[in-house]
Amino acid sequence: MIKNKKDNIKGALIEGATLLSALLIIAIIVVMFAVIFIGGKSQMTWEFLTSFPEDGMTKGGIFPAIYGTALLVIIMSIAAVPFGTITAIYLTEYASENSIIAKTIRFAVRTLAVIPSIIYGLFGLGFFIKFVGVQMDNTFMGGQLKWGQPNILWASLTMALLTLPVVIVSVEEALKTVPKDLRAASLALGATKWQTIWKVVIPGSLSGIMTGTILAVSRGAGEVAPILFTGAAYYVATLPGSFSDQFMVLGYHIYVMTTQSANVDQTLPIQFGTTLVLLMLTFILNISAIVLRYRIRKKKTN
Amino acid sequence: MTKKTKKGKKTVVDSETGLIDITRKKFRWSDYLAEKMIKGVAFLSITIIVLIFFFVFREAFPIFVSSKAPAKTEVASAAELVQETYGEVVDQPAAPEVQETYGEVTDTPAAEEVQETYGEVVDTTAQASAEDKSYTVSAGSGDDDNRAALKSLLSKDWVPVSEKPRYGILALIIGTFKITIISILFAAPVAILAALYTAAFASKRMKEIIKPAIELLAGFPSVVIGFFALMVLATFLQNIFQYDTRLNSFVGGIAMGIAAIPIIFTITEDALTAVPKTYNEASLALGASKWQTAFFVILPAATPGIFAAILLGIGRVFGETMIALMATGNAAQMGLNPFESVRTLAATIGAEMAEVVFGDTHYNVLFLIGSLLFVFTFVINAIAEFYVKGKLMKKIQGR
Repeated sequence: MIKNKKDNIKGALIEGATLLSALLIIAIIVVMFAVIFIGGKSQMTWEFLTSFPEDGMTKGGIFPAIYGTALLVIIMSIAAVPFGTITAIYLTEYASENSIIAKTIRFAVRTLAVIPSIIYGLFGLGFFIKFVGVQMDNTFMGGQLKWGQPNILWASLTMALLTLPVVIVSVEEALKTVPKDLRAASLALGATKWQTIWKVVIPGSLSGIMTGTILAVSRGAGEVAPILFTGAAYYVATLPGSFSDQFMVLGYHIYVMTTQSANVDQTLPIQFGTTLVLLMLTFILNISAIVLRYRIRKKKTN
Repeated sequence: MTKKTKKGKKTVVDSETGLIDITRKKFRWSDYLAEKMIKGVAFLSITIIVLIFFFVFREAFPIFVSSKAPAKTEVASAAELVQETYGEVVDQPAAPEVQETYGEVTDTPAAEEVQETYGEVVDTTAQASAEDKSYTVSAGSGDDDNRAALKSLLSKDWVPVSEKPRYGILALIIGTFKITIISILFAAPVAILAALYTAAFASKRMKEIIKPAIELLAGFPSVVIGFFALMVLATFLQNIFQYDTRLNSFVGGIAMGIAAIPIIFTITEDALTAVPKTYNEASLALGASKWQTAFFVILPAATPGIFAAILLGIGRVFGETMIALMATGNAAQMGLNPFESVRTLAATIGAEMAEVVFGDTHYNVLFLIGSLLFVFTFVINAIAEFYVKGKLMKKIQGR
């Protein structure tokens, strides 16, 4: 009996410790959000969101950064989503689970997911700018410098590589929820494999592709390291008009404002405001992705 | 069901237009093409890995060879490029501020180095420094530069911009490991215990709160966590522990731990729930209580998965750039004191790549650091992957 009592106390302690850890994580999230929300709340005016920085970035709004971020994620999605979806289709529909090719691709995808984002930045610099860009300049521009320098296209493509695994994983999960019976029925009606995929499997997993896109956009909007030297600029007076322009991004804006601006204390409200905008953006995207994925999983269990 | 009928109608229309044989053949052709194209695209991810390997190493390679021909040809345009791209950055009052950021480090021995590092940027415009360097490189001193750089790699000082540049990455490696250890010591227990709670004790309702919360945390951009660490966490922790330098490896480590928690949690939770129910039932049937089952049966059964989770957490922290840039103080120091400022490998790349002359020795060294990071994370991922595949499967499926 005594031993049992001791065990009970021990059990309560252990269970309590695990509960505390879980609560600690939730507390961290709540505190982070609350601090940033309280700090940036007063900045949330229409003017802040739609005006340009003024007075050497000590006043004014963050419109170019919002615009740049939007442009970045749009170009990035156009590049990443089709390729990611097709890779996922290959993995689930064509490749057999245990073939060496499928295993290698899966390993590659998971490796892509864990490579540090700064390495993508280096790759973007070494491949897109110093290799592709310089070659393009030599062949099309007659050696004139246009593509061989950081710009929004290279930044977006670099970001697309980073978000590719995100898309692949979510689309794959969604494709797996399309019932085998539906595929079999389609094939039995005389449809070819490609027709089945195009008319049955893909429509059935559209929400999964959406989820993947949303998650990729959320990731792409928040990452800074890959675009540090592939296209993000400290300040540009005009909005990017072509692919070869540099641009401002929310995340990079936060970074330069906190560490490199002339007067950190003076711009504190702007820093909090920008962080809040970025956080809200990723929050909304993530929550919608969570809801969508929850629905997909529910469908799977039904 | 509706989709199926729709599709059915369409094929009927198609077959009305021609003979079944012909349509079939045609479709097979397009099918064949589609399959080949899909397969081709699927190889993209492998191709990217190979390309990353190749191009990151390619830019790091010149440091190992004495002849520097390819770099020379690019230097002229590169100098121009640097000035154009980053000119505005330097024009802004960035330079004096850099000193300000590092001002608090001034009492430590590293201050000298830091000032040296940024001294050039302060004194001259970007244009001047860029041109200076391009001349020295094209004058043919590249060989000696490289040899000296290669020799200095294992020295103690990281002084990339000075008369005699020294690239001692030892301090950076120590700094990175210090931060990694601190953050894993913080993140791993919290994440694993929380995962155990979610998998073993939590009610369904609790699970539905914790899991999305973790997903939200995973969605926090690292620059936001870095901002939080810089503005709030640093002051908060300094008030508790009363140390001198506000930004140090401890603050950075905790912040990176926050970033690593979702990864460790998710993989651990997956591993815990993958433990077969029969284990649980057998243990309970033998009279073990719920916590005993959780702690002595489920947790040990999932060890390989937890190991993988910690490894991937390490990988995440090791390459984290933005938090390291914002919250660690960024001074390359060798000491083992957790309350000293440090500079990590990734942060060094992030901070210095923008100020470097393309094709310069410094540029190559930064790419060398990148290669190190890449190889390290690649190996960690490979170990996690294959170790888990091998062990976990064997253990759980009882073969």
